[in-house]
Amino acid sequence: MGTKGRCLVSSRKDPDVPKTGQSGLSRRGFMQGIGVGSGALGAGILENEAQAAPPPGGFSGPAAVPITLRINGKSTNLTVEPRVTLVDALRNHLDMTGAKKVCDRATCGACTVIMSGKVVYACSVLAIDAQGKDIQTIEGIGSGNKPHPVSVAFVHNDAQQCGYCTPGFVMAAKGFLDRNPNPTFEQVEKGLGGNLCRCGTYVGVRQAVLEAAKEMKGGKNA
Amino acid sequence: MPNYSWPPMEKRRLMGKRLERLDGLAKSTGRAKYASDFNAPGMLFGEFLTCPHAHARVTSIDISEAEKLPGVTAVRIIAKPGTEIQWAGAELASVAATSEDIARDAVRKIKVGYEVLPHLVKEDDISKAGTRAKAAGETVTGDLEKAFQEADVTHEGNYGIPVITHCCLEPHGQVIEWKGKEINYRPSTQNVTGVGGDLAKSLQLPATDVHVKMDYIGGGFGSKFAADLWGVESAHLSKASGGKPVKMLLDRRTELTIAGVRPSAFAKIKVSAKKDGTLTGWQSDSWATGGFGGGGSPPLPYVFINIPNQKKNHSAISTNTGGVRAWRAPNHQQATYLTCCALEDLAAKLKMDPVELFAKNADFTARPEVYRSQLKKASELMDWGKKWHQRGDSGTGPIKRGLGLAIATWGGGGHNSQCRAVIHPDGAIDIELCSQDLGTGTRTIITQVAAETLGLPMSAINLKIGDNSLPPSGPSGGSTTVGGVSSSTRKATINALEKLYEAVAASLGAKQEELEAVDGRIQVKGQPDKALTWKAACQKLGVKVISEMGQNDQKNPGGLNAQGVGGINMADVEVDTETGIVKMKKFVAVNDCGLVVNPKLAESQIHGGVIMGICSALTEERILDAVTGRVLNADMEFYKLSGIGDIGEIVAYMDISPEHDKRGIVGLGEPSAIAIPAAIANAVANAIGVRVPRIPLTPDRVLAALEGRNA
Repeated sequence: MGTKGRCLVSSRKDPDVPKTGQSGLSRRGFMQGIGVGSGALGAGILENEAQAAPPPGGFSGPAAVPITLRINGKSTNLTVEPRVTLVDALRNHLDMTGAKKVCDRATCGACTVIMSGKVVYACSVLAIDAQGKDIQTIEGIGSGNKPHPVSVAFVHNDAQQCGYCTPGFVMAAKGFLDRNPNPTFEQVEKGLGGNLCRCGTYVGVRQAVLEAAKEMKGGKNA
Repeated sequence: MPNYSWPPMEKRRLMGKRLERLDGLAKSTGRAKYASDFNAPGMLFGEFLTCPHAHARVTSIDISEAEKLPGVTAVRIIAKPGTEIQWAGAELASVAATSEDIARDAVRKIKVGYEVLPHLVKEDDISKAGTRAKAAGETVTGDLEKAFQEADVTHEGNYGIPVITHCCLEPHGQVIEWKGKEINYRPSTQNVTGVGGDLAKSLQLPATDVHVKMDYIGGGFGSKFAADLWGVESAHLSKASGGKPVKMLLDRRTELTIAGVRPSAFAKIKVSAKKDGTLTGWQSDSWATGGFGGGGSPPLPYVFINIPNQKKNHSAISTNTGGVRAWRAPNHQQATYLTCCALEDLAAKLKMDPVELFAKNADFTARPEVYRSQLKKASELMDWGKKWHQRGDSGTGPIKRGLGLAIATWGGGGHNSQCRAVIHPDGAIDIELCSQDLGTGTRTIITQVAAETLGLPMSAINLKIGDNSLPPSGPSGGSTTVGGVSSSTRKATINALEKLYEAVAASLGAKQEELEAVDGRIQVKGQPDKALTWKAACQKLGVKVISEMGQNDQKNPGGLNAQGVGGINMADVEVDTETGIVKMKKFVAVNDCGLVVNPKLAESQIHGGVIMGICSALTEERILDAVTGRVLNADMEFYKLSGIGDIGEIVAYMDISPEHDKRGIVGLGEPSAIAIPAAIANAVANAIGVRVPRIPLTPDRVLAALEGRNA
């Protein structure tokens, strides 16, 4: 898989939604990108990360290294081992716990964040590898006074029960709608196919995403 | 004694309305903090070393290398040499370290010697279970031999429903801080009131030393009532690490291997009927496993309990697998699957519409009229009369369409619950009870009841739950929460109002019993001009605070809540006979649950129950390797849950009527999640003309059934 290992994860979630398509097995591809521990450390990181000072010898770690992440528009310095994933960095180092760690293997989408415009699974991106990217998390969309229309639509349509998958779903829906402002019902089903819920909230989620699409087109938020 | 009964349907302002859940925005903005989200300065991470063998004796365990690792603060041996391990995934040692990664590194440095012993992990073929199968004894009613001889038609079939896991998205675990005498405990639990005492018992401490807090839980489904070994070990690790908080959450593999399963159920069933469809006899030889302790005993025949002649045998098989926990309506999915598949097969043999067969035999159930009316309603919503065809009579093309149905029942009722209603002189109101909101909407419902009773908007209520210093309320299991908490809240708020009436009666020139709380006022009944605003009324309290309790007694609910509900589920599926893929087209769920406090949230629960059932019917199964004894799909890629594109149209119909309403409140969590796999399996049989005897209805099983093979 080479240096593109991590990109597979994000590109698989690119919302290039087919107009039609009825396959019952379309939810997830059989091939999963395996970002963590895939041996893509080294070249892959250094190629992309101008900001990260390349250590002598051309590789990082295993000891903790200082990194800088740009999260919700703010640069944050932290020190993490190179093996630390973005979701662990967010949750354990920065106390940003909206993204949840559930499958830890790029399957369920509970840790979804948006990285330089792409919807990605934060459990399968290394924190060190997220440097230089614009990382948007659930904490960074909307505000206390003015929640994001997707968050609001999830409440209107009761698209959540226990709520543990919800932040991931909201981020996936936002990323999807950013690229597909006029989705059909079928496109919503395809576009949100990378997130799983155990309580069974999909009926509400389908409606919520369609409602949010209308709201966002109304120019109330972006 | 005050009259606690619910206000009449037509007079309710908030109860019965389609209101949004109060904590919705906290969840959808990521602000809601779950146990797993709790961080504290200096917090450590706990990890388990688990056993790779399904059955083994530990011969040695060496933790010295793990202890030396920088960042490791404590290592504890759980399984001393000589310990016999009965399932893969069992906990052998625990570690605390400054990061999750270091804790895992340390786990890898623990050396364990094993004597590997023979295991049994599969139970689908009872003939291979030997002495691991324990028969429960035969139950006989009537004369079954005679019934079978005299029957116009008999059907015999084999059916199987596998072990599945809870797969809570928030794994089991907690953060624990054991500093000095006190323990601060933040678990992911369905049992905030009881789980502290459970932990204390294991640690041999007084229950009063354990302080439990939990605001949100990421799924439980029956698997999160106890403190568990992870609670106990976290506490010990914390103490051994100088009282630092320890966060320990099961990783996904361990979660899916040892944190609870729903038992399987397999059965050979023979059932007989008269030509008109009247059932005359039932015979079942069933077996199940729920892990090493056996377990699983589906009540057969399900719902049609009074079929006249019956003979039943059941065996529980002990396997070397992780143990059973209550799983949303324990034993009921299995029982309705076994029963309704056999009845649908019998109907097919009679060339009879199964709706007719179910209606005809409704007198064998405990609630014939309810089921008949639900069958009618569900048929209407499914357009069953128009769409149903004889089994297999679904055209010549490769894509076949079919309908199926199944039936459900559940008890419910209201658990023991105490609520305290506090009215402050400034008009502020605290409603306090140690309950928990599993995502079912408990917060919202308590607030609706309190605000309704006090004649105030919901925003006036300051609700406190999820803390074991609050008045005790039962664990959330068995669909008993809504009945319990709504009743105790009703009583507490009425009791508090009585005190307020007493304080203000004189100033309104009326007697206490002539007052009412309406639209933010305390007024003389029916006379808005003789009123005090809520605030003005509370000011009359001076410096006094009203604090009144209300209690729901599970055994004497006083008409506020009740037990016993039913449901009819109907599935419409499409099966591709070339690929074996089953696609959901439409699902209809009709449920009654007494007085419905919030139809919007109730419908969400039904949707959820149906979707969980779709997972169970089509994709979900714990798969064990007979050779290694390990779970092969203990991850979310291969432990398959349905996605948003897999569910089709879902119609949830709440049977809301004065007749049901007057029964009081009944829970919905379990009944909504029972009959779905059975209805879908029956729809597939109707579509393709043959029975796929085992679920999940994976393409290989569907194709095998079409070709007359076993799969």
